[in-house]
Amino acid sequence: MIEVRIHGRGGQGNVVAAYLLATAAIDEGHFGQAFPAFGAERRGAPVVAFVRIADRTLRRRNQVLQPDFLIIQDRALLKVPGVLDGLRPGGGILVNTSLDAATLGEQLGREVVTLPATQLAKTHLGRPVPNTALLAAFLALTEMLPMTALTGALGQKFKGDILERNLRLIEAAAQQVPAGQWKEMAHAQGA
Amino acid sequence: MRKALEGSQAIAQAVALCRPQVIAAYPITPQTHIVENIAKLVADGKLHCEYVSVESEFSAASVVLGAALAGSRTYTASASQGILLMAEVLFNIAGSRVPIVMTCANRAVSAPLSIWNDQQDSMAVRDAGWIQLYCADNQEAVDTTIQAYRIAERTELPVMVCVDGFSLTHTLEPIDIPPQQQVDAFLPPYQFARTLDPRKPISMGTLVSPDHYPEARHSHHQALLNAADEIVAADADWAAISGRSSGGLLQVEGDPDAEIAILTLGSVHGTLADARELHPELGPVKLIRLRSFRPFPTAALLQACAGLTDLVVLERALSPGGGGIVGVEVKAALLGLPNPPRVHNFAVGLGGRDVPLDIYPRLLQTVRSQPPGPFALFDVDLGRLPAEDR
Repeated sequence: MIEVRIHGRGGQGNVVAAYLLATAAIDEGHFGQAFPAFGAERRGAPVVAFVRIADRTLRRRNQVLQPDFLIIQDRALLKVPGVLDGLRPGGGILVNTSLDAATLGEQLGREVVTLPATQLAKTHLGRPVPNTALLAAFLALTEMLPMTALTGALGQKFKGDILERNLRLIEAAAQQVPAGQWKEMAHAQGA
Repeated sequence: MRKALEGSQAIAQAVALCRPQVIAAYPITPQTHIVENIAKLVADGKLHCEYVSVESEFSAASVVLGAALAGSRTYTASASQGILLMAEVLFNIAGSRVPIVMTCANRAVSAPLSIWNDQQDSMAVRDAGWIQLYCADNQEAVDTTIQAYRIAERTELPVMVCVDGFSLTHTLEPIDIPPQQQVDAFLPPYQFARTLDPRKPISMGTLVSPDHYPEARHSHHQALLNAADEIVAADADWAAISGRSSGGLLQVEGDPDAEIAILTLGSVHGTLADARELHPELGPVKLIRLRSFRPFPTAALLQACAGLTDLVVLERALSPGGGGIVGVEVKAALLGLPNPPRVHNFAVGLGGRDVPLDIYPRLLQTVRSQPPGPFALFDVDLGRLPAEDR
């Protein structure tokens, strides 16, 4: 079982990101589960969503307290207490920021992977919505699902021009992170 | 085929498969996605029905009552304060013996204001005279919604399908949406026997004198008790068509010879089921899930509890100043056993408080180390309260 916690802000498509990832896993024949833990329902407020992916049906409904991976949609959230809590030893942190991984890693005192997802989204979508770029990077890092699973999930959610732009965005995003860097961790957890 | 769906989206599709003719609803978190998805199905021409956007839950319940009396298959959904605002009409619907199906997307009741899940809302209207079925997962929410129409129409009683807010309504998971033919075979077109018809005038909702009132109440109570058979039959018949059973009145899993059991309602069952598998070293434990709370399945419960020494009743609501709600009813029912188990009654997960996997070992530790105390809220940090409230 792989557990992922996604931190973002209302309006960044946090829940959509969790749903897309679980949908991609389900469409590939795995078990997937995604759900939010809303705070205040307003744009800009910190929000959290959870994803579980496994090769058998999971029945638990509890929050993910010890994620294997963290996806942080806004670097400023790293200052919110508890955001990095519970990450399993050897787990990966993916952060949306224009800083490079070495610089941010030094600031945090731990290893991270970074992606300028907002910038990429502005370029390809014309809107600062970083979620799909981060998902593409996450799949490139873990290689737990083929990228076609994500494009398939996007195809169920978006149509026409927005879909086309998202497909270009995820292609660009996937190339900006070291492919397979988290593969071993993902594999060890059974994906 | 199993598809990735959000619970609310799946429930909306299940409702549409039942071919309702009139839907009236007022949006409220966490029910909103259900009625939004239904409204979209209607707007897209995929569901042909009258969708009435009303100005309050009182009106939503009133519209479906009127529509059902006029002979339509109807649907509404609500949660929390919305259920309370409907309360007067809910009693009227049930007392008038009108078949209506609604979803309660279970949520805490204000104050303090909380949008998150517990079951205080449906428990607050447990005496309204509706059948209440609690769902463990989203597949069951789909299947129970379909079964609810048949139960309602055969018993002439309204059915409230209780689905935990967020834990189910906002959770995406693999769900089988049955084909239309399966639902049509299970749920033929329905004609309410007492449809209002100007050619055959009858009076509904009239004043009932003391001379007749207790008989009307007895007949309502008896109808709910009799509905137990219809709930079991609907589940069995739907299982024969779909291949999926939702557990009838009450679901038992785990070790049948266990001396300890944990009883729940709703989606917390899944967390305990996973925890039980993770902890074989903690010994044999039985998990009992009440699917039907009204009618209360006394006979099935006694059968499930025979041979137990300890029963933990976990509930997601309370009666302040009294204690547990489910716990009291379970204890009363257990008096029917020659050697009833000790009952440990706790409320958990109030106002969306996470119920973690480790609640399982901690509950068992409590049960094995101490005799049952009075009803208590499990996992309350008393250190955060002033001394007089501890």
